[in-house]
Amino acid sequence: METTENHLAEASLETAMELGLLKEEFELIIEILGRTPNFTEVSIYSVMWSEHCSYKNSIKWLKTLPKEGPHMLAEAGEENAGLVDIGDGLACAFKIESHNHPSALEPYQGAATGVGGINRDIFTMGARPIAQLNSLRFGNIELDRTKWLVKGVVKGIGDYGNSFGIPVVGGELFFDECYNTNPLVNAMSAGIMKTGGMISATSYGLGNPVFIVGSSTGKDGIHGAAFASKDIHEDSMEDLPAVQVGDPFQEKLLLEASLELTEIDAIIGMQDMGAAGITCSTSEMSGKEGFGMIIDLDKVPCRQEGMLPFEILLSESQERMLVVVKKGREAEVEAIFDKWDLNCKQIGEVTEGGRLEYFAKGIKVANVPAESLILGGGAPVYEREYKEPAYYQENKKFSIDSVEEPKDLRAVAKFLWTHPNIASKKWVMEQYDSMVGTINMSTNRPTDAGVVNIKGTDKALVFTVDCNARYVHADPEKGCAIAVAEAARNIVCSGGEPSAITNCLNFGNPYNPEVYWQFVGAIKGMSAACLKFKTPVTGGNVSFYNQSAQSGVDVPVFPTPTIGMMGIMPSKKNITTLAFQAEGDLIYLLGGAKNDINSSEYLYAYHKEKNSPAPYFDLDTEYELQDTLKSLIKKGLTVSAHDCADGGLFMTLMESAMPNNLGFEVSTDANFRKDAYLFGEAQSRVVVSVKAENKEKFETLAKEVGFTNLGSVKGKAMRIDGESFGTVAAAKDEFDSALENYLIKNN
Amino acid sequence: MKFGVITFPGSNCDQDMIYVLESTMGYKVERLWHKEADLKGVDFVILPGGFSFGDYLRSGAIANYSPIMNEVQKHAAKGGYVMGICNGFQILCESKLLPGTLLHNNNQKFTCKNVFLKADNNSSIVNQGISTDDILKIPIAHAEGRYFAPEDTLSKIVHNDQVSYRYCDVDGNITDESNPNGSLENIAGVCNEGRNVFGIMPHPERAADLTLGNTDGLKIFESMLGLVGA
Repeated sequence: METTENHLAEASLETAMELGLLKEEFELIIEILGRTPNFTEVSIYSVMWSEHCSYKNSIKWLKTLPKEGPHMLAEAGEENAGLVDIGDGLACAFKIESHNHPSALEPYQGAATGVGGINRDIFTMGARPIAQLNSLRFGNIELDRTKWLVKGVVKGIGDYGNSFGIPVVGGELFFDECYNTNPLVNAMSAGIMKTGGMISATSYGLGNPVFIVGSSTGKDGIHGAAFASKDIHEDSMEDLPAVQVGDPFQEKLLLEASLELTEIDAIIGMQDMGAAGITCSTSEMSGKEGFGMIIDLDKVPCRQEGMLPFEILLSESQERMLVVVKKGREAEVEAIFDKWDLNCKQIGEVTEGGRLEYFAKGIKVANVPAESLILGGGAPVYEREYKEPAYYQENKKFSIDSVEEPKDLRAVAKFLWTHPNIASKKWVMEQYDSMVGTINMSTNRPTDAGVVNIKGTDKALVFTVDCNARYVHADPEKGCAIAVAEAARNIVCSGGEPSAITNCLNFGNPYNPEVYWQFVGAIKGMSAACLKFKTPVTGGNVSFYNQSAQSGVDVPVFPTPTIGMMGIMPSKKNITTLAFQAEGDLIYLLGGAKNDINSSEYLYAYHKEKNSPAPYFDLDTEYELQDTLKSLIKKGLTVSAHDCADGGLFMTLMESAMPNNLGFEVSTDANFRKDAYLFGEAQSRVVVSVKAENKEKFETLAKEVGFTNLGSVKGKAMRIDGESFGTVAAAKDEFDSALENYLIKNN
Repeated sequence: MKFGVITFPGSNCDQDMIYVLESTMGYKVERLWHKEADLKGVDFVILPGGFSFGDYLRSGAIANYSPIMNEVQKHAAKGGYVMGICNGFQILCESKLLPGTLLHNNNQKFTCKNVFLKADNNSSIVNQGISTDDILKIPIAHAEGRYFAPEDTLSKIVHNDQVSYRYCDVDGNITDESNPNGSLENIAGVCNEGRNVFGIMPHPERAADLTLGNTDGLKIFESMLGLVGA
């Protein structure tokens, strides 16, 4: 039987390796401690040095990302989330995180706790969450497993977020068979606080009491961080206890209580308990300032009797925080948590000397230096080899001439508007509360990015999540630059100015050199684009090991560096909808057309051509386009703006037509293949509508980046070169119901 | 008129409600806490939307036992005004201050979207100022909003003009397609016999700000305050 006592015995290398440590890591622990660690201590190192907590295989490259910006109040890695000054005495904290592995096994709880975790990162800093976004990727939609995952994940996100009460203002949904076993569930949250009101994740001051607040600690999620740091395989269901269970009601109480704490100046620091629970929060808070803690594990409120010390230390039970209180102010803190009927229990105190000493039943069960556990401290850092995969050169051989232009482009259009990657996400979005908080300005005025009102100011914030992983797979460097550019474009189209990004880097196994090549390329592309758009990286998360062993072969997911971007709209009157507004308005394509169908949904899904380069993209051209569009919007010359993305120009036009049921009559350009003109996904293009009386002013300003007068808003049908592609209303019905038909009705 | 908005643990539309009444309409609003047995002298008590106590049991079932609900009962018994929106409506049904109950939506899903409503009559303050031809666009956001009452109760409230609002389509037709949750007779809101206690599933406070591009909900508040004539 496992007991506290036998966990005091020296652990073997074999045990350490079973917990995921490498031989050299075990030796390093012995060197740090000057003795062989016991089982509890090895458990502590195994989670803290897991990929998930230590970023040991990614940090070298992450450090090359641009972190500095004029408005940064907390840079990447300094706090739980980045913090950006947005003016008016306010700051915005925002971050995106993955919950891929838990969602693959238990989609409902996996996704729900992902939402809970990312929100705690925001409010533990003292910011009130105001907006949620999510980026979801699943396998082939025809598979029953995919349908089960989609329904579970969406319900999990909805049930947690709806109860917690923060609006979902944007998201992504994408299907490809590379995600069959391993879906990607990335959740983003943004919050605002008064500048200067930030609570740090820190601990100092000899004798200051350490409290655990929120939910009781149970046996859920033990070794969750270690589980997230290995491949998903056939036996992964055995890891089910590593998945946590969420309680949004506790989270809501914890939110309100935590924010009340910010008003009384009685605390030193606070850190939420996510991966590796008490272990991670005590070590990260202590390691920063060189202090230590003594913690009495018997005082931790537990859900069941007889939990062993390592279980209490590693439990990932949700909705908990560690709070270091100024000595003498304990009663004020306790009163707040009492008001909200939450646990608030002193479990230890701050010590000098930087050691974490954990006690149970009066016995010291572990004694480790805090700094040795953490990223930026003693946690290992590795350089990984990388190698260009053969497919990359293969992709370059693709020529549009090898694809015959279909005779019936109307059939292609219909194929695209009913394709699950392009069709309306309404079935998903309506299960999320998008309006609580009465700040979502995009509800009645659809926009490319979510626009969020900051009550009491002239400002709004603008948020989006973007990543076309097909492009990143085709060309990691260019594809990831496109992801940043598209996010910025969505913000600019909505009337905002890009400000900063957070990233969620979903990749395969980092020990696979070809996967690591994708990772390095993506980081390089992201750096270049972020420098160009002056959008520093404020933080985020890395999720490796997203792949599955299928019939004995490891298949990594598409490299998916999801970009979450925040923008500022200095004046709310600049909000620009994507929807056509009135018959007679002129329709322009801003930016140049290209004879390019590379990596388009059209090429990939309709022609089933999987190998082609990333679509046309030039960073400087993109920047100029966005700069010009910003001026046009500020001068009030655009009625609507919508970027060309999945499905190309045609889908952009259709999406602008649908909200107000306004048709269009446009012409294509004989210098381009018509399929490329309509369905190609060359970047740096935006469709705008303009009042006829502003024609000259618009064209004068727009000529800097090039434009094409496509036609005008007219009638109820979609007419291209005189040919009807159907009525807007009929196409909308199919566009709106396609996803539900796949997920529900075809069953 | 002095308003009071109750915060239950898990309420998440309390601040939205306070914002409309205080910042948009300029009325005094008392913040009422569920543990206090004191309505602080307000004339009109509002129970906001949210997930009181997590709503893991039946929606509103636990909130009904909060200390403040005794005071709400007394206030209503004296003819004082009480209104519940969404979760507030569910709590008022649990507390029997309103007839009927709210069941899981017939699609078994939480649904958040704009829907259309119209006043069924002008017999109470929540619809007195709104023409029965007016079509209001107001959002819903609930998983348990399917209004249900036994046949005799239903016929009584219909007969008594206790149905305040019904779901309709954009043209005002009361149809099955425009019923977002399967409510009996498209019922979206009801009042008690005394016409001083009201419940409504849609969220008028979410449609009361020009910044959000929809102010149809403001009409309901203006009606309550007698600021508009039918």
